Amino acid sequence: MTPSFNEMYQNGEVRIPYARLEEWTRGMSPALRTQKQAEAEALFRRIGITFAVYGEGGDPDRLIPFDMFPRVFTAMEWARLERGIKQRARALNAFLVDVYGRGEIVRAGRIPAALVYQNEAYEKSVVGFVPPKGVYSHIVGIDIVRTGPNDFFVLEDNCRTPSGVSYMLESREMMMRMFPHLFRENRIQPVDRYHSLLRRTLNSVAPAKCTGEPTVVILTPGHFNSAYYEHSFLADLMGVELVEGADLFVDGAFVYMRTTEGPRKVDVIYRRIDDAYLDPLCFRPDSMLGIPGLMDVYRSGGVTICSAPGAGVADDKAVYTYVPEMVRFYLGEEPILNNVPTWQCAKSDDLKHVLENLADLVVKEVHGSGGYGMLVGPKSTKAEVEDFRHKILANPGNYIAQPTLALSATPTFVDEGIAPRHVDLRPYCLVGETIELVPGGLTRVALREGSLVVNSSQGGGVKDTWVLAE
Amino acid sequence: MLLKVDHVTMYAYDRPVRGVAQSHRLTPSRFEGQKTVEWSVTVTDGTRGGSFRDGAGDWIEGWTVKGPVADISVRVAGLVETSDLAGVLRGHREQVPPECYLRESLATRMDTALLKLAKAADSAPDPLSAAHALSLAVSDAIAYRPGATHAKTTASEALAQGEGVCQDHTHVLCAIARAAGLPARYVSGYLFATSDGVPHEAAHAWAEVFLPGLGWVGFDAANRCCPDERYIRLGSGLDAQEAAPIRGSARSAGKESLTVQVAVQSVQQ
Repeated sequence: MTPSFNEMYQNGEVRIPYARLEEWTRGMSPALRTQKQAEAEALFRRIGITFAVYGEGGDPDRLIPFDMFPRVFTAMEWARLERGIKQRARALNAFLVDVYGRGEIVRAGRIPAALVYQNEAYEKSVVGFVPPKGVYSHIVGIDIVRTGPNDFFVLEDNCRTPSGVSYMLESREMMMRMFPHLFRENRIQPVDRYHSLLRRTLNSVAPAKCTGEPTVVILTPGHFNSAYYEHSFLADLMGVELVEGADLFVDGAFVYMRTTEGPRKVDVIYRRIDDAYLDPLCFRPDSMLGIPGLMDVYRSGGVTICSAPGAGVADDKAVYTYVPEMVRFYLGEEPILNNVPTWQCAKSDDLKHVLENLADLVVKEVHGSGGYGMLVGPKSTKAEVEDFRHKILANPGNYIAQPTLALSATPTFVDEGIAPRHVDLRPYCLVGETIELVPGGLTRVALREGSLVVNSSQGGGVKDTWVLAE
Repeated sequence: MLLKVDHVTMYAYDRPVRGVAQSHRLTPSRFEGQKTVEWSVTVTDGTRGGSFRDGAGDWIEGWTVKGPVADISVRVAGLVETSDLAGVLRGHREQVPPECYLRESLATRMDTALLKLAKAADSAPDPLSAAHALSLAVSDAIAYRPGATHAKTTASEALAQGEGVCQDHTHVLCAIARAAGLPARYVSGYLFATSDGVPHEAAHAWAEVFLPGLGWVGFDAANRCCPDERYIRLGSGLDAQEAAPIRGSARSAGKESLTVQVAVQSVQQ
């Protein structure tokens, strides 16, 4: 593996965006650092920002580790990222409108029919229905990694309900409280417009039947969900109700929310539950989380569901391979951000390559998320690799593989002082009547030395992400 | 043939429920083989909600009933003029790509016995003959016996048991047609059947298989035939649950009992 790109130091010199941070750390004594770290932890605990980790035992509401060392982008670097992210969000939505409509991209032979129409995430029940403003994915979380000064790759797209934006906002809040002078000395673009932009995005996709100010709610599966904190955080910031399925009901052609003043019509549901659980009359009949009859109201234009049911077919890891093709097909442009080269185990040539090079590759489940069920070849034992080989052979279509990328590293506070740790970036692009992106995102950092897995469920932490003004 | 339908579904709850929501696929499909003369769906004390034609061409209607309510009834009544198109669903407008119906569902999950039954298609010279061969194989493999199976019996279980009703024949046919590479779906509807003396239920189900050049073609393995003028088509799905004429949910913890009466008669003209 090639040595990874260090975002702060290059050829022994400090890169310009990090210049002031260099001075900052030189002036920080170990005692002050320890004190600040404790302060951060106390603040996070007080706010209650925690992250439940699936299947790991221990404290289910453990704190997500926060690293005080910010990650910095220049205005120029960001300008290119922004164009690339918005381009991708547009293409993904165009793809969704198309495959639930005439399917031109399939007819043109640019993506295999089976990959789309036999995909588990393809919702037959919404074929022919066009959601308001033609938007399926209202919040697109695009995971980006960096391998060089100008080399950025998209690792995956999240078109359903990407989580983590609360960490972006809280990390900024935390840094401003603890180190106000840093925000005077550096010209850092603000991210605090996110919630008003989100509210505006949700308002802009209210159904045609809604007249007047739309009533927006956030639908959560409940407090046992790992992202419950974020659901209530966003509801708070936007000034909208946080509801569970049982708080909503269908009457006639509309959805209502129970309130102390009687039923109130709901126009836009920002749902944080999966398609399968939305409505027992359309999807899983045993769902207790959903609202019976919701899909009939939705499909007859009485309510908007964000993200739209069926949006998941665009962020499937096998469909991912075709996103650059979508950019060319729908927008007539060349992709600004590249994909990581990906082998699809469903194809026999690709499968052969993957099996021959398993120890050097990263292998993921097509529908997996959160860093579960994946193999990082170079970081795995022979037994783990062999074990994974059997899994792939049993169901090749379920896996894709990518080269192990040399993810960039940024300085991070560790026990021994400051050391480089690998990072990725998840910006949150908002798609409604307009496409919006706040300058920043969630930087996730692999806190274990040498680790390339940044997921919070796998020992990852978060950092504040700075985009400098011109 | 002019067919008159009278179909009543009664739900009784052991304690009054706080409300009921239903999604109906209770309106005859629009295609060349059937023309609706008159049709009405009513729900006691119900409010008609969102209604629309979905991508599969089915007319869907949402209904809600406000509680407290101890029983409700759904009544379907109407007249449909039918003709025999030898099972071909000609002139039916729909947008769902046929490939979608190659997917498995819970009730039509594959197993080795089903795969073996699907071999009936192997020697067929073309897809149409293959579909006929598969349908006959299902008729031979599953004897008609009401009460032998229940609403949640899967294709795999029905085949193992060797007996069942139209729902089971249809699940098995869908499963093996898909295994043979033919898109297949579950269709629910009504059947007028008194003349042949076979005691099949008037609320009926059969399969449709997508054949190149012909489009969707119906196969009724339970009756060893293709749908003709005795059939009224309502809607389709991957399996019985998806294609159900009524899907409903009551807000309560109590028990529900169900009574269904269906009469399909031929009207002399």
